[in-house]
Amino acid sequence: MSAVLASRFLMGVATLAVGSMPLLAQAQAPAPIKVGVALDISGPFAAPGAEIRDGLNLAVKLLGNKLGGVPAEFIQADMAGNPEQARQLVDRMIQREKIDLFTGPVASNVALAVGPTLFAAKVPYLSPNAGPSQLAGAQCNAYFFGTSYQNDSMHEAAGQYAATKGYSKVVIMAPNYPAGKDALNGFKRLYKKPLADEIYTKVGQLDFAAELAQLRAAKPEAVYIFQAGGMGINFIKQFMAAGLNKDITLISSPFTADEDIIPAVGSSMVGLFNASSYAHDLPNAANQKFVAEFRKAYNGRYPSLYAAFAYDVVMNMDAAVKQLGGKVSDRPALVKALKSASFDSVRGPVKYGNNQFLIQDYYLRKVVQGADGKVTNQLQPGKVLTAHQDAFAGQCGLK
Amino acid sequence: MDPTFFLEQIFNGLGYGFMLFLLAAGLTLVFGIMDTLNLAHGSLFMVGGYVSAAVHVQSGSFMLAVGVAVLATVLLAALLEALLVRRLYSRDHLAQVLATFGIVLIADDLVKLVWGPSPIMAPTPAQLSGPIDLLGLPYPSYRLLILGAGFAVAVGLYLLVNHSRLGMLVRAGASNRAMAEFMGVRVSKVFAIVFALGAALAALAGALMGPISAVSIGMGEAILIPALVVIVIGGIGSVRGAFVASLLVGLVDTAGRAFLPPLLRELLPPALAADAGPAIAGIAMYMLMAGVLVFKPSGLFPARA
Repeated sequence: MSAVLASRFLMGVATLAVGSMPLLAQAQAPAPIKVGVALDISGPFAAPGAEIRDGLNLAVKLLGNKLGGVPAEFIQADMAGNPEQARQLVDRMIQREKIDLFTGPVASNVALAVGPTLFAAKVPYLSPNAGPSQLAGAQCNAYFFGTSYQNDSMHEAAGQYAATKGYSKVVIMAPNYPAGKDALNGFKRLYKKPLADEIYTKVGQLDFAAELAQLRAAKPEAVYIFQAGGMGINFIKQFMAAGLNKDITLISSPFTADEDIIPAVGSSMVGLFNASSYAHDLPNAANQKFVAEFRKAYNGRYPSLYAAFAYDVVMNMDAAVKQLGGKVSDRPALVKALKSASFDSVRGPVKYGNNQFLIQDYYLRKVVQGADGKVTNQLQPGKVLTAHQDAFAGQCGLK
Repeated sequence: MDPTFFLEQIFNGLGYGFMLFLLAAGLTLVFGIMDTLNLAHGSLFMVGGYVSAAVHVQSGSFMLAVGVAVLATVLLAALLEALLVRRLYSRDHLAQVLATFGIVLIADDLVKLVWGPSPIMAPTPAQLSGPIDLLGLPYPSYRLLILGAGFAVAVGLYLLVNHSRLGMLVRAGASNRAMAEFMGVRVSKVFAIVFALGAALAALAGALMGPISAVSIGMGEAILIPALVVIVIGGIGSVRGAFVASLLVGLVDTAGRAFLPPLLRELLPPALAADAGPAIAGIAMYMLMAGVLVFKPSGLFPARA
C-alpha cells in the first residue's frame, strides 16, 4: 500500500469513527417510537395522498415530533397506490425499521393487501381513509383501527339526507367496481324507497354525455353521485354545462365535493349538497385550532376530510402513547390504549365501536361562495346521522 | 323515451365521432402511405391536450391555447419523424410497434416530469360553459363547438385529399407506393408533410377534448384503441373510410352506453343488468368491427385494391 493510499485509509477510518459517535450517544437515550407511513404521493390517489401527508405533517409539527411526550420518528415512503409496492414497503418497515405503528394508504385494496402482514407482526394500523367492509365485518382485527369511516357510511348519510328531504324520484350513479357498488348499496340502505334509476359508469370514464342524456330523460328530483377524483370533476362540470342543475338537485359524496376538488371545478359547484362526518367549520375547539394551523401552514387552504382524518390518526396515537407512558412494546396494552384513548377529534365526540371503527356524527355540507370570495363547503344546521355505527359491526367477532 | 333524448344522443355520437376522425385521419394516412404503424400518435394527442391546457390557464385565451398546442405538436412531430420514424419505413411492423411504443412510454414519463402525476384541469372557455337551446333541447355549447370544428376539418381534408395536388400524390402513394415512386413522386417528402398534418389534427383533437375529459397521462393510449378500430373498419389508408367509420363508432359507442343499460334493466334482474349493461356497452364498438370485417375483410373503403 502506498503512503497516499494508507493515509486515505486512515482518514476513512477516522471519518467513520467520528460519524458513528452521535449514534453511540443516541443509544443511551430512549429509542424513538417509529411510525411507518405509506403514502400515495404519485399514482391514481396522488391528490388525496397529498392531503393525508399535509394533515399528518401538521399534527407531527404541532406535537414537536413527539408522541405522548416521547420522541417519535415518522418514516414516510411513497407507494404510488400500488398494493404490491405497498406490501414490500410494509415488509421493509417491519423488518428493518421495526415500526411500532402504521398509517397512510388511501385505497381500500391497499389496506386489504397490507393488513395481514401488519396484523401478524402485531403492528397497529390506524387508517386515515380506507374503511373496507371486510375489515369492519367478518375479517375485523384487533390491530386495525377505522379512524376514518366505514366505506358505506358516507353514502348511508347521503341516503338518509335524501329520505329526510322527501325526494321520491332519485337516480343514483357510480363507477362499476366494488367501491362504487358499496357506495350505492350504502345509499339504498338508508334511503329505503325504490329508486327511479341506477346508473353504473365505466371506471375511469371521463365523458358523461350519454349518462347525462339518460338523466335528462329520467327527469328525477335529485341525483346522487359517487365519482372519485377526475371522474367527479368532469361529471360535475358536464352536469352544469348541460344545464341540468336547473331542474335536478345534485347530491354528491363528500369525496367529489371536498376542498381538493372544489378549486378544480370552481364556482359552478356552488349549491351542491354533500354529507360528511367532517366539515372544516365544525365549531369545536380541536377543529378550530386544526383549521387555523392548517390554513397558516398551507397558504390559506381549507383542509379536506382526508387531511382532518390523518390529523386525528396522529392525535389518537399521541393520546395512547401518553396513556402508556411511552411503553409501546406491550402491544396488547397499546391496542387497548389506542381504542380507549380520549383524544379531541376534530369531528367532535367520537368513540370506537366493537369492530374498532369510529361511531360518529354525519353532517350536511353545502358548497357556497364564502365572504372572502373563496368557494368552499359550509356546514348546514342539524345533523344527518347521530352517533352512527356502520352496518358491518355486528359481523365482527371482537368484543 | 322522448325524441329529444334521441336527438341528444345523435349529437353526442357525432361529436365523439368527429374527435375520433381527427385522430384516425392522421393515423390512417401514415399507415396507408408509408405502411408505418405509429403508436405514438396518441402521445401527440396528449401533448396537444397538455400544451393547450397550460397555455389556456396562463394566457386566458382559448384560441391562442389551441394555436400554440397545434404548432408545438407539429414541431415535435417533425423532430420525431426526422430522428426516428424515418428510420422505420423499411422495417417490419413489429419493429415499428416496438419503437413507437417506446416513444409512448418516454412521452408519458416526460409529461409526468413537466406537469406532475395528477391530471390537470383544462378550463372550458367561459362563453361556452353553459347550455344553448337547440330545438328545445338545452345542449352544452362547447360540444357544439367540437361538432363544428370536426365538421370543418372533415370538409377541409376532403378538399385537400380529393381536389389538390398534394392530395393526388397522397392518394397515389396510398394506393400503390411502388408505382407512385416509379412515376416520380417523392413519397418520403409527401410523407413528412402528411406526418406533420396528422400531428396537427391529433393536437387539435387533444386541445378540444381537454375541457371535456381531464388532461391526464395515458389519455393518448386510451383513445388510440378506438382510433385503431376506426381505421380497421374504414379500410387502412382511406380518409373517406376513416370518416364514415369514425361516425359509426361514435354513434354505436354512445348508443350502447345510452340505450343498452336501460334496455337490459327491462329484460334482466337489476343486479345482472348493472353488470352486463356497461360491459356490453364497452364492447359494442368491437362487435361493430367484427361485424364489418366478416363482410368486408379489408374494411369499408379499402385504399389498396
